[in-house]
Amino acid sequence: MSDTNDLGISRRGVLASGAATAVIAAAPGAAATADPGRAAPPTMAVSFKVNGEAHALTVDTRTTLLDALREHLHLTGTKKGCDHGQCGACTVLVNGTRINSCLSLALQHEGDEVTTIEGLGTPDRLHPMQAAFVKHDGYQCGYCTPGQICSAVAMLDEIKRGVPSHVQSDVTARPSLTNAELRERMSGNICRCGAYSNIAEAITEVAGAGA
Amino acid sequence: MKAFTYERAKDPVGAARAVASQSGAKFLAGGTNLLDLMKLQIETPVHLVDVQDIGLDKIEPTADGGLRIGALVTNTDLASDRRVRRDYGVLSRAIVAGASGQLRNKATTAGNLLQRTRCPYFYDTNMPCNKRKPGSGCSAIGGFSRQLAVIGSSDHCIATNPSDMAVGLRVLDATVETVKPDGSTRAIPIAEFHPLPGDTPHIETVLTPGELITGVTLPKPIGGFHHYEKVRDRASYAFALVSVAAVIHKDGSGRVALGGVAHKPWRVEAAEAAMPRGAKDVAGRLLAGARPMPDNAFKIPLAERTLAAAIDQGKAA
Repeated sequence: MSDTNDLGISRRGVLASGAATAVIAAAPGAAATADPGRAAPPTMAVSFKVNGEAHALTVDTRTTLLDALREHLHLTGTKKGCDHGQCGACTVLVNGTRINSCLSLALQHEGDEVTTIEGLGTPDRLHPMQAAFVKHDGYQCGYCTPGQICSAVAMLDEIKRGVPSHVQSDVTARPSLTNAELRERMSGNICRCGAYSNIAEAITEVAGAGA
Repeated sequence: MKAFTYERAKDPVGAARAVASQSGAKFLAGGTNLLDLMKLQIETPVHLVDVQDIGLDKIEPTADGGLRIGALVTNTDLASDRRVRRDYGVLSRAIVAGASGQLRNKATTAGNLLQRTRCPYFYDTNMPCNKRKPGSGCSAIGGFSRQLAVIGSSDHCIATNPSDMAVGLRVLDATVETVKPDGSTRAIPIAEFHPLPGDTPHIETVLTPGELITGVTLPKPIGGFHHYEKVRDRASYAFALVSVAAVIHKDGSGRVALGGVAHKPWRVEAAEAAMPRGAKDVAGRLLAGARPMPDNAFKIPLAERTLAAAIDQGKAA
């Protein structure tokens, strides 16, 4: 057994506590909870299902759905990239629809059904989209991958439901999954490593199998 | 993000009253713009009134053959509606030209109309901005203005309205419906909804405190070829440098509105008389009195060419 394990500290734990310290040092508002002269920030209760399991939380009203998933429920598959809705790394499904979980308060999701990457498949039983990303090497660092996969699964459903896109020449026609359509519809998910062509191949394979 | 309290309203008037009764309270719909700005402490509401439970999420026909779009209809649902795609294609096209699939799924019709400028100096809290901090000055004038307004601007602000949807609504002569805390309602033509910046650029709509948008109505369909042409720095997921919403009829007449050039969707009805004579004539009238900065003077010829591209599409249809 290593010294690290004797101390009960994991690499992830060290990183998390380091990040928490940095946040407290940088944000006087967070430190103010210890100041008896100032009121503690308001908290509220919220209940929603994540990957089929019901959860009841009491959160600081400021908590985003993303932070509720990662910091309260410890579902760290959903990633925080930009935290401003620009990168798509935090994409999850809410009642079957893809959204940026960083731009939504946890309190907005009372009674909702949330699906994260952990709920799509498991290492032993991969979702077809997960398997296709592995097969086609649809990533390098992997940080954007959970968001890419959740987004891709929901995007294929949007095409089935006839949601139009910017690249359709006729918005009254039923959309189909061309490469141009796929790229336009996935433009809310940025891959800093540039694995786009492999991501496109993975999605195309799943769409073909499902058609 | 600054601390705030939160409640869910049950009905539109209740929501309006809740916001009106507390200084610093704001409505929360999709949240995609508001939460972004709260994280940056550009918006610092002390209380949020979540309106997701108050109804207003339907698209229904009106008595005069138009459509009434509930304030909380998402951008995706509005762009996907069969009647909108068929009869108001310019609106469907404008919506899908903006943001990303994820954002359109959460963003609402009312929220889209209320979204704030993407001027980089509005976002940079270290810099003066008359919109963010009235009287502090405009950093964009003499700064990096490539993305910013070329017409209708003032010595106090050259920000643009970032919405694509609003440009589509402008060309369709939509009307914004509201309810006030006292229960009274009013209908505001989209042309009058967003004021020019003048010396009060922090005032971005004509809404009064606590006044809630309940819906947007579209007049009965006007036919014609519907097109939305958007020019931007990326192929997708970027704000417009210039955009053109156009409805063009077989005889060459039509309507046009520009996005990306002003503090509001830019339409000059008198310029549309020149439609049969082509883009140069229309653009000349539409942009008469423009006062671009050196960085964004390219938007004047770009607007004319984008307009020409839209008119060509109409002829080919």
